[in-house]
Amino acid sequence: MANLRIQKISGHAGTVPGQGTQRQEQVAKLIDTTICIGCKACEVACMEWNDLPFSETTFNNTYQTMPDTAWNYWTLIRFNEHVSEDGPFQWLMRKDGCMHCADPGCLAACPADGAIVQYQNGIVDFQQDNCIGCQYCVTGCPFNVPKFNPHTKRVFKCTLCSDRVGQGLEPACIKACPTGCLHFGTKDDMKALGESRAQQLRDHSSFANAGVYDPPGVGGTGVMYVLHDITNTEAYGGLPPNPRVPWSVRLWKGPLKWLGNLAMVGGLIGVTLHYLRYGPKQVKDESPGGTA
Amino acid sequence: MTVDSATGRIRRYSMGERVVHWMAAITYIYVLATGLAFYSPHLYWIAAILGGATTSRFWHPVVALVFLATLGWMLKSWIGDMRITATDRAWGRAMKHYIENEDERLPPEDRFNLGQKYFFWVMVWGGLGLLISGAILWFPELIPWSLRFLRYGAILVHVACALITIGAFIIHVYMGTAMVRGGFTSIIRGEVSPAWAKMHHRLWYDRVAGK
Repeated sequence: MANLRIQKISGHAGTVPGQGTQRQEQVAKLIDTTICIGCKACEVACMEWNDLPFSETTFNNTYQTMPDTAWNYWTLIRFNEHVSEDGPFQWLMRKDGCMHCADPGCLAACPADGAIVQYQNGIVDFQQDNCIGCQYCVTGCPFNVPKFNPHTKRVFKCTLCSDRVGQGLEPACIKACPTGCLHFGTKDDMKALGESRAQQLRDHSSFANAGVYDPPGVGGTGVMYVLHDITNTEAYGGLPPNPRVPWSVRLWKGPLKWLGNLAMVGGLIGVTLHYLRYGPKQVKDESPGGTA
Repeated sequence: MTVDSATGRIRRYSMGERVVHWMAAITYIYVLATGLAFYSPHLYWIAAILGGATTSRFWHPVVALVFLATLGWMLKSWIGDMRITATDRAWGRAMKHYIENEDERLPPEDRFNLGQKYFFWVMVWGGLGLLISGAILWFPELIPWSLRFLRYGAILVHVACALITIGAFIIHVYMGTAMVRGGFTSIIRGEVSPAWAKMHHRLWYDRVAGK
């Protein structure tokens, strides 16, 4: 969006044009899983606003719309049946989708100039015009978010409604939520709101381990969760307890790149120096058939 | 007919060997160029020259399969010549003389010397590594989330194997074009002079020329 300033560009040589010329607030979405009723209004709003073609639902003995998010289904409430240690049955419902990491693994892994950008306000957005369909972002993401469309050979995910946010509106899912489970605002405000809710859950609702999920391994996220039990994130449908950009992606895009560049340039310089020092191997013998 | 009775020149590479060599060369250079474009943002412009990054991404693995097919053909037809022998090990110990152009101080070699054999095996094993890791990178959506470590490994194996073959390729091109005079002609026309054969591949010369 024209009025969203860019701070990071994937696969980009050189500086980021316009970076830091205008300060913008970090935005964040807060998802309070403790008051989600699983109505899926957010799923529908997402499809409506982003004009996504519907794909068939898959029934797998749960109320979940389909087993996983898809290139044309960016947000999905995961329904998880959970029995607590002390007996009671709980239904954990988590709205899954892009976490908008402050340190996005997708962007680090992407080789295509400008296919993934991070705006100054923290939104991580895919620019499908620049996408080359290599799916390295899929490997870079610790949350299994980016999804490939095999027909267009482009990767898609939640944009945090950057088009709406750029116009001062909240994301479509937030607007549709009927319970107040979804909140949108500045990162600081959402973090404070989440912490106060977690405090309330700990003090008054006997969820002693309630907390806010804002994993530091990816620099914090632009989508945070309030969880009944922050020590058991896996129970919420595979939410990693301590997500990180894979170390192999870091190694590949960091030291290995410099080592490789050094080796290739060194090799070219090496053979040139060899030629200057020792020259070619000539066959001196002048027998029939010439020298070569 | 190994030795031409009119010119005395010796057949070193058959027409088939030369065609496959140049198919391998062209496909490798394409895969190298497109691969380098994805390797570094500073080399992304290569993809623009080759028809755009989307096109490059589409053809990179397809052309790579052609390269691997030529590699398979070379493995099948040259494996007998490429086994590393006791002679090679003696030559390897004296490699310093080869580098310093003191070829008269080297033990005689057969059709391929140790350096050529090393290049061949680096390409074969590097190609295998690139094939396995490349298949994972080509179809990552088929790798279940629980096996994602395969993708993490594949990106490292792919770039490591690529860099090793690039190193070998630089030396191969340098030696074939600039350093070993007569080598480039041999892979184009398929023939070498008896003097060239005697100097570089004495045992092979003795074998084919019936000495």
